[in-house]
Amino acid sequence: MSYYDPKDLRKFKDITQWSEALGEKFFDYYTAVFQDGALTPREKSLIALAVAHTEMCPYCIDAYTQDGLKRGITKDEMMEAVHVGAAIKSGAALVHSVMMMNKVNKLDA
Amino acid sequence: MTKIKGQSLRKQANPLAEASHQLKVLSEGLFKDGTLPLFKDRVAETLGRPLSAHKLEVLQINVGYMCNQVCDHCHVDAGPDRKEIMTKETMEQCLSVIRSTNARTLDLTGGAPEMNPNFRWFVIEARKAGIADIIVRSNLTIIRANKQYHDLPAFFKEHKIHVVSSMPHWTKEKTDKQRGSGVFNASIEALKQLNSVGYGMPNSGLTLDLVYNPSGAFLPAHQKDLETDFKSKLRSDFGIEFNQLFAITNLPISRFLDYLIASENYEDYMYELVQAYNPEAAKSVMCTNTLSVSWNGFLYDCDFNQMLALPVAGNLTHISDYDEKLMEGRIIKVSQHCYGCTAGAGSSCQGTVA
Repeated sequence: MSYYDPKDLRKFKDITQWSEALGEKFFDYYTAVFQDGALTPREKSLIALAVAHTEMCPYCIDAYTQDGLKRGITKDEMMEAVHVGAAIKSGAALVHSVMMMNKVNKLDA
Repeated sequence: MTKIKGQSLRKQANPLAEASHQLKVLSEGLFKDGTLPLFKDRVAETLGRPLSAHKLEVLQINVGYMCNQVCDHCHVDAGPDRKEIMTKETMEQCLSVIRSTNARTLDLTGGAPEMNPNFRWFVIEARKAGIADIIVRSNLTIIRANKQYHDLPAFFKEHKIHVVSSMPHWTKEKTDKQRGSGVFNASIEALKQLNSVGYGMPNSGLTLDLVYNPSGAFLPAHQKDLETDFKSKLRSDFGIEFNQLFAITNLPISRFLDYLIASENYEDYMYELVQAYNPEAAKSVMCTNTLSVSWNGFLYDCDFNQMLALPVAGNLTHISDYDEKLMEGRIIKVSQHCYGCTAGAGSSCQGTVA
């Protein structure tokens, strides 16, 4: 048995059961975030897809791949969005190498 | 069962070609064990009564199942191997009904309706009968398929036909995958031809609407958002104009049901349809103001029920016996495929309803 069950995504709304007030606040916030605003829902969907990958969240990848298909987002656009996330993720790791370099330069005369 | 590209389910002798088998699938599993509610119970809960018909506004006539395309998700299971074609005699019976009712829209569908040898005669006579809006559901490629169809845009223009055409995506890859190789390029050429005679152009009075239905096991996004994207892409890539985009949900019947089962998406898709049930959409479903007529003159609540061999309730089942008083208020025949019309913003042959 896997820790992740795709069917559990259907139960996402059930997280309100043991903490209704906080759960509902989360869903209100979540819904509001994805409304049309300065960014289009389509742009937000692609951001969500990229973050889903950097967070390595299987449920989110499932949900926002489907959301992208519904919106007519193409495979090319989806993969480019994932690369944006991956680039930031790898950049975030690599930029820390400056700390390593600083430390080496300080300690190793 | 191995899928044979280019043939109808009927030709392949696929069990799902039989309406009774489809209805059995739709009533078993999740719905039989109570995991998901039956549509009839859900809609009765919303309305406080069973779903029933109001006044007839749209007469949708299926003039035959023959088509020059074999699309993956066709609910008609249409194709070149389908020989069911409406006769002139049945068309005459339809014209009598058009003359005697206050229906405002005649919606001609198929197959490719243009392939019926009496199609043009029927359109001309229906126009004389005085119906306000005549829709032809044209698959676009028929206009480019054969020389005898090349003048269809001029014919449509002459009779002020409202053209409604399928276009699943603005890219070749997704369109051809669903509708067959070469369909995208032929559709673009046909759309350009329709634009050139005025269809979809501002102030021309010639309406060209496109129908979007998803290319797989997912629901459509908001119709307006999709329309914005389609307009922008078709204009920038091909200089094509159109009026409205109708977003239609794929109903789990016929070839699409076959696809859902074969791809192991059936259960998830039914869950999604049921979870997306919208009571507001249920109040405005198209069967409440539409009557569907089959190629051989039988009456159905919608084109989907026609394909599932679910005739209208009551004793009056054929166009030759049509009586508006008996049709109004009839109980609509439903099954679980009806969740497709109530999901999200709803779905009808004219797009969203809520």
